[in-house]
Amino acid sequence: MENFEPKIVGFLCNWCSYRAADLAGSARIKYPPNVRIIRVMCSGRVDPTFVFKALADGADGVMIAGCHPGECHYIEQNYKAMRRFSMLKHTLDAMGVESDRVQLVWASAAEGQRLAEAIEKLVSDVKRLGPLKWPANWQEDESRLEALENIVKEHAEAMEVPQ
Amino acid sequence: MSNKPKGKLALYWAASCGGCEIAVLAIDDKILKVAEAFDIVLWPCAADGKVHDIEKMADQSIDLCLFNGGIRTSEQEYMAQLLRRKSKVLVALGSCANEGCIPGLGNLNTRKEVFDTVYKEGSSTVPENPQDVRPQAETEMPEGTLHLPVFYDTLKTLAQTVDVDYFLPGCPPEAENIWTALVAILEGKLPPKGSVIGVNTTVCDECKRTRHEKKIKKFYRTWQIIPDEETCLLEQGLMCCGIATRAGCGALCPKVNSPCIGCHGGNDGVDDYGARLMSGVASVIDSNDPDEIDQIISEGIPDPVGTFYRFSLASSELRRKKKVAAE
Amino acid sequence: MAEKIGIYVCHCGSNIAGTVDVEEVARWAGVNVKDVVISKDYKFMCSSLGQQMIEDDIKKEGLTGVVVGACSPHLHEKTFRATCSRAGLNPFLCQMTNLREHVSWVNSDKEAGTVKAKSLISAAAERVKHQAPLEPMRVKVNPATLVVGGGIAGLQATLELADAGYHVYLVEREPSIGGHMAQFDKTFPTLDCSACILTPKMSEVGQHENVTMLTYSELEEVSGSVGNFKVKIRKKARYVNYDKCTGCGICVEKCPRKVIDDVFEVGMGHRKAIYTPFPQAVPRVPVIDTANCTYFTKGKCQVCSKICPTAAIDYEQQDEIVELEVGNIIMATGWKLFDCKKIPQYGYGRLANVYTNMEFERLCNAAGPTNGKIVLRDGKTEPKSVAIIHCVGSRDVKTNPYCSSVCCMAALKLEHLILEKTKAEVYAFYIDMRTPMKEYEEFYQRLLEEGVHFVRGKVAEVTDAARMPDEQGKLIVQVEDTLVGKQRRIPVDMVVLMGAIEPQADAKEIGLKCGISCSMAGWYTERHPKLDPVATMTDGVFVAGVCQGPKDIPASVAQGAAAAARVQGMITKGEVLIEPIVASINEEGCSGCRICNTMCPYNAIEFDEEKNVSRVITALCKGCGTCVAACPAGVITGAHFNNEQIFAEIEGILWDAKPQTEKKELQTAK
Repeated sequence: MENFEPKIVGFLCNWCSYRAADLAGSARIKYPPNVRIIRVMCSGRVDPTFVFKALADGADGVMIAGCHPGECHYIEQNYKAMRRFSMLKHTLDAMGVESDRVQLVWASAAEGQRLAEAIEKLVSDVKRLGPLKWPANWQEDESRLEALENIVKEHAEAMEVPQ
Repeated sequence: MSNKPKGKLALYWAASCGGCEIAVLAIDDKILKVAEAFDIVLWPCAADGKVHDIEKMADQSIDLCLFNGGIRTSEQEYMAQLLRRKSKVLVALGSCANEGCIPGLGNLNTRKEVFDTVYKEGSSTVPENPQDVRPQAETEMPEGTLHLPVFYDTLKTLAQTVDVDYFLPGCPPEAENIWTALVAILEGKLPPKGSVIGVNTTVCDECKRTRHEKKIKKFYRTWQIIPDEETCLLEQGLMCCGIATRAGCGALCPKVNSPCIGCHGGNDGVDDYGARLMSGVASVIDSNDPDEIDQIISEGIPDPVGTFYRFSLASSELRRKKKVAAE
Repeated sequence: MAEKIGIYVCHCGSNIAGTVDVEEVARWAGVNVKDVVISKDYKFMCSSLGQQMIEDDIKKEGLTGVVVGACSPHLHEKTFRATCSRAGLNPFLCQMTNLREHVSWVNSDKEAGTVKAKSLISAAAERVKHQAPLEPMRVKVNPATLVVGGGIAGLQATLELADAGYHVYLVEREPSIGGHMAQFDKTFPTLDCSACILTPKMSEVGQHENVTMLTYSELEEVSGSVGNFKVKIRKKARYVNYDKCTGCGICVEKCPRKVIDDVFEVGMGHRKAIYTPFPQAVPRVPVIDTANCTYFTKGKCQVCSKICPTAAIDYEQQDEIVELEVGNIIMATGWKLFDCKKIPQYGYGRLANVYTNMEFERLCNAAGPTNGKIVLRDGKTEPKSVAIIHCVGSRDVKTNPYCSSVCCMAALKLEHLILEKTKAEVYAFYIDMRTPMKEYEEFYQRLLEEGVHFVRGKVAEVTDAARMPDEQGKLIVQVEDTLVGKQRRIPVDMVVLMGAIEPQADAKEIGLKCGISCSMAGWYTERHPKLDPVATMTDGVFVAGVCQGPKDIPASVAQGAAAAARVQGMITKGEVLIEPIVASINEEGCSGCRICNTMCPYNAIEFDEEKNVSRVITALCKGCGTCVAACPAGVITGAHFNNEQIFAEIEGILWDAKPQTEKKELQTAK
């Protein structure tokens, strides 16, 4: 666990938060390398499916970032992101996904520092929570898999189909 | 129906309630046409036919297998694998096989929690089971070892277990849809492998209520209001799943003034039904204030998984609730 | 068709290569990412040699997709799209991923940086396989322009375009054009007479053959998009026939009803019930204020109608909706003054001799209610001492956090006018003195020499509760003099509050009509705060003047001219290319649930009642994808950002975290 480096997917809007990440780069602000960024045109494009899929594909955390409320490039679409995020959080909570693993961040194109700090916080929160390893949730333990093997073995004779 | 030589038909029932079996019979006297066209080689619920007879059959010698139910035990998984191997066409029949359905909501718990409820905490079982007897996979008896199928932590859908050729959704599928599918299969007019046999629009398409631009300030539970019969139920604050749910039922539930609960699952190309539904519904919540939004949701939708994934939890991206600790 | 993907990893000198093992990334991608046929690294991918290499590979290998791992796509996406275009590959089959700003520059651990770079390359490669060729759409540009707001910024924009030979519709809410500048006495720092420099421009606009003025009119509705907007303007009823009226003014003169003028004279003076806001108004056609007109309130009088020599008075006139077609819109809607009552401790509205700066402007103005005489509210006493308080409602988290930018200079101007016109002592209370533009600091220097008492400190209170004999009957300004470091109480006769410049109360609402947004403070958001302060995120809508942020007259004029230049560019080019990143609805799958109908702030989604389906009006769609994510049926697709593309990107980006498939086949026992 000490060397746990979380894998986090970030969905950043093209106009504010992606540019904030660009600015953090131009300003050579250092932050942990764990967040891998996917660009979407607007935080309003972020479908809860993206978050579920990222977690199901093995991500330890997810960041959704957009323009500040009231400053959306598309006028008001980040409010839709806000509404969906709230619904998503309720669902994730019921699914046992710790609240800190999925975070919504507002960062304007001028806020490279803010975005870097948000990434730092998310990474440290996820490090504290440990690996999520969602796909491992689906794995049945060895003894149950063995039980299946046993049925197969038991029935093996019957399966020898006469040619 | 043609005069072709009789085909072989198998029906199997895994983790499900049995409603799909009844739905098959609900095609009424057409079942006789099915019997004309097929020899039924396996149908534990209605006909004889033993597993070892199936095992003895050549691979792909069953023309059609209608498989209903999710995969919850090792035996069911074995049967799924067996029937897959022996069948030319394997159809996931009904919501359980398609997406897990109500048994799939068991994925909100682990096997231990399920067993605790059944064998330890259930009001009907507690006085009967003072020694807390649990099903054992293996029991040693003087005559030898007895086996029970092993119960899994996580219910899987049929498609998560084996390759499935066609999907026929619904809880249960409507009899006429089953018949349509049977005809298509009998006449060899099959859609591309992997297709859902049914229409590709949502329940709203079949719902006659009037719809407007949507803004929801408050969600109501069904017992809280008597909805107007002309207007879209969702617009009245009832969590109607029709917006995201594949049509084909004729909007049965909205027709009787009850919100759609989503048994047909999503349209083609929908990756995660519950996510689509929650995204659509959340988008039209009429507030831009995070606290108010949170309140609207927690008051109106106290059980988001049960609301959005009532039928599809097992087939969703996340499939189950996080297991906290191993048994 | 089999995919053939080319991967190009840029060193950017040592900018990327310094903390990312670019050779390893390119090697890895060539081996591990499916369908990759070529994977190369190069010193400077954006150089002509780098681009040539990509072009050659596209042609030679028949690449079906190109991934460039270099800097931000905001910098070079256009470059590499053009590269692909030249080689015959549709530009939308090129995917850039950001290995510099998002990886090498923010990270010093080379190993971790290399892993992250692999993820981004893998994501882009998986994504590009799902990308589809797209073509930009071409739209003709209507050469007519709508200018909203007849203040100095709008006037400048109007004249620039009209002089260039293009038709302009100028909409102004008030009965006359001119805006706030018409209310001022002098302008800083040159002390030109405001009216003398403004009114010629006003009459030029009024007489211009290429200008259609719509005064006393409001923007009602905007539809359409760049090149072809359809605009509805509400022409409010003036009750005076615009065509018949000669502007002789006799109706105003003879009107028996006198009312306080809250708008132009900010409550300092009077006007008639039929009026033009000021003598040099353009147009000279008056309006009837029905709330105060005796005929409208009591049903009799009609003096104006009886006296009008051209029978222009029309009591039956109704609001009229005018529909216009324009190619571009310039928003120059201006500002409003901060409500100084919101800071009750300064006593405005409670203490008679506390004025706002706009009231004081009218008091100074030779054409104002006192003919330019600076007197107290009693109308006769000249003040012996005047306090001017800067930053009232500016630079204060409780009201407006921003600096209104012009008030220091406006205050200096007023201070100068007081010294010029009276014998009063002048005290100026400021937090910081902000005089950054040409010859502004010199003006401040001049005022220092003229003997204004500058006190650095934020005023705590203005009160009439005297403590000392010399405070009796005075207004006392309580302040901490931060340069001296002590509390001071300064008794004066008159206090002027330099109220903040605020966005118009309905700025947001009006902005929404043409699809532009406001900042937190309420100023219209420009496309880029530095490099594109004139355009907005909505193509074909430009901003000028204070509606985009506080600024002085020269800056407003410059921005008005700049907006006009941008519009002229559009008109001259004749057509615009629209990004093909738009949403579309599969009508066969759409069930008309109408969830998406409220999703679009640009009204790009229409509902077809007859067919029971929703439809995207492509020309209006800005491609944000919000409706795509909202569609519960999954039948809305966002071009270039569709689900398959993003899913593939998620899978690619998690190349090292993906679970294995668990389906098993039943094996025959051997």
